[in-house]
Amino acid sequence: MGLTAFLALVRKDLQLFFSDRRSVILTFAVPIAIASFFGSIFRGSGDNDEPAKIPIAIVDRDGSAISKAIVSGIQADTSLATSMPALDEARAAVQRGDVAVAVIVPPGFGDAAGRAFLSQGDKPQVDLLFDPSRGAELAMVRGVLTGHVMEAVGQEVFGGAQGRAIVDETLSQLDSSALPAGTRDTLRTLLQSVQQLNQQSGQTGGGGGPAIAVPFRVKEDAVTGGANTQYNGYAHSFAGMGIQFLLFAAIELAMGILIERQLGIWKRFRSAPLSRFTLLAARGASGTIITLLTLLVSFAFAMIVFGVKIHGSVIGFAAIAVACSIMAATFGLFVAALGKTAAATRRVATFAVLIMVMLGGAWVPSFVFPSWLQRLTVVIPARWAVDGLDAMTWRGLGLDAAITPTLVLLGFAVLFAVLTVVKFRWEEA
Amino acid sequence: MLAITNLHKSFGATRAVDDVSFSVERGQLVALLGPNGAGKTTTVSMIAGLVTPDQGSVTIGGVAVSSDSDPVKRRLGLVPQDLALYDELTGHANLRLFGSLYGLSGEALERAIATSLILVGLSDRAGDRVRTFSGGMKRRLNLAAGLLHDPDILLLDEPTVGVDPQSRNAIFDNLEQLKSRGKALLYTTHYMEEAERLADRIVIMDHGRVLADDTLSGLRARVLAGADGKARLAEDGGEGGASLETLFLTLTGRNLRD
Repeated sequence: MGLTAFLALVRKDLQLFFSDRRSVILTFAVPIAIASFFGSIFRGSGDNDEPAKIPIAIVDRDGSAISKAIVSGIQADTSLATSMPALDEARAAVQRGDVAVAVIVPPGFGDAAGRAFLSQGDKPQVDLLFDPSRGAELAMVRGVLTGHVMEAVGQEVFGGAQGRAIVDETLSQLDSSALPAGTRDTLRTLLQSVQQLNQQSGQTGGGGGPAIAVPFRVKEDAVTGGANTQYNGYAHSFAGMGIQFLLFAAIELAMGILIERQLGIWKRFRSAPLSRFTLLAARGASGTIITLLTLLVSFAFAMIVFGVKIHGSVIGFAAIAVACSIMAATFGLFVAALGKTAAATRRVATFAVLIMVMLGGAWVPSFVFPSWLQRLTVVIPARWAVDGLDAMTWRGLGLDAAITPTLVLLGFAVLFAVLTVVKFRWEEA
Repeated sequence: MLAITNLHKSFGATRAVDDVSFSVERGQLVALLGPNGAGKTTTVSMIAGLVTPDQGSVTIGGVAVSSDSDPVKRRLGLVPQDLALYDELTGHANLRLFGSLYGLSGEALERAIATSLILVGLSDRAGDRVRTFSGGMKRRLNLAAGLLHDPDILLLDEPTVGVDPQSRNAIFDNLEQLKSRGKALLYTTHYMEEAERLADRIVIMDHGRVLADDTLSGLRARVLAGADGKARLAEDGGEGGASLETLFLTLTGRNLRD
């Protein structure tokens, strides 16, 4: 009797789910649409499209050879989209959010920078006007700017006309400087050597002396599932959105139980010769099937349309997907156990799911979180689900990397199941 | 067939059911009457296994229900006050589900569905979604769902609320048929004329206690014996013609209940 009833209850839930078109669309189409959107943003640089550039404005109020070289270097930088408005317009553009940072090179910057480079003179100031909502981009621009300033100043000092004049001027003023005698002598020797180098370079018609430049080159190599495997941002976004909507489907499971209570259907169930285990297990089974379908349909779409692949263990992926679904189904039962009315419970549960997936790294990868938050979010099941699916897809890790997330997710499922049994309202007055 | 003995149930400080005892025999319809909050629904809920009594017992054919999955519960059918049906499923799919809860499957289940649908006159609408049914049709299907597994005892909690006279009459005919087939029926209602027409015995509850348990004529005689009742019966047109409503108000009072 128990098995017949169990199967009938599962079949009923599936029938109800597929009979509600809105629910089906919400469960399958919406996560695909949102994951596609997020994936297009976070897809990485693996495809042929040009990566997004940081918009900056640069205002050269100096007009020296050094400042022109800086501007030219920044304009050539592939990570920046540079415009050159007037000062007021640059400030307005930052205020409007059109550019992330405006770099203001003040009058006299070239000379002052050259002198500071050679003799510890006063350092000129570059003003960075930035959009406070784009702090990360400010840090990037600061780094890029430092490289270009060092390169431009170094190049000019070792061969440029402005640099030669600065060297001559610094040498002539050296005796009156406040430097200790020993340091002054050493610096004179150095500057005379530079002067000599500049003269030789001018006689041979060379294009300048040895430039000061960033003393290394970078070879970027994304470490993913294997050789010739590029990171596919859709893999992460579909994992994240898949988990989010899987949990939303779990809320629908809870709503189903609460509505059955409201309609008096639960009275029929309770008056039948069925154990509590049969009633809950049937809902858990149908919930697992529906949530698993949600995840698999999303990933199937991502694989077909966006070329997402399971570079790691397929068995590991399946294990994590099933564990996620069981966790979500038991979460739904737990929500039903706590809920009183469907409407009020839906609001609270939706909020809980949004917090859970946000902290679980479903919207943005958890590695961008502060370290304290990363440590804290290990208590969020969505974190394990997303990290586990990432590990099996674009990270390309093996079955052993699936074991911990699978066990942790099943652990959460057991916890939710126990709490459900403890808190479930069985009496139907 | 169904024996309720010294049932007690409290919710916090509220004593919902206080030492209630009565029985329902085979082929008998017992009407359970009472104002709002009298304890009728809690009593039916305890009989159906939805609520655990604090004290007392419910026996079905002399056997007490020992657990949620006790097979003896198969002898009990519940027709809840709510339209406990899935609107999105067809009538047939609803009945298939509720029959399966009692272990019915295959041909036996299909036979039971067909029999129940014939009884309530819905055979031709079995394939339609319940949301397309009228209120009366839903009530009849609600009744059919409680009958699928051919229970010996049927608990009917206000089964005619909100239905038109035709559907109500059809339900009455169904109940008469069930009675004639030897089923024991416990019927709660606020409609006195229904109890007058159908009931072999009437149990009146108030404040969680049984005030009276008798036939309609027995109730009349009992009220006649009381001083207050005599006055009211005179207003009602004489001793022999006292309506059940008058008897009910005499026993439970005329104060409004929430």
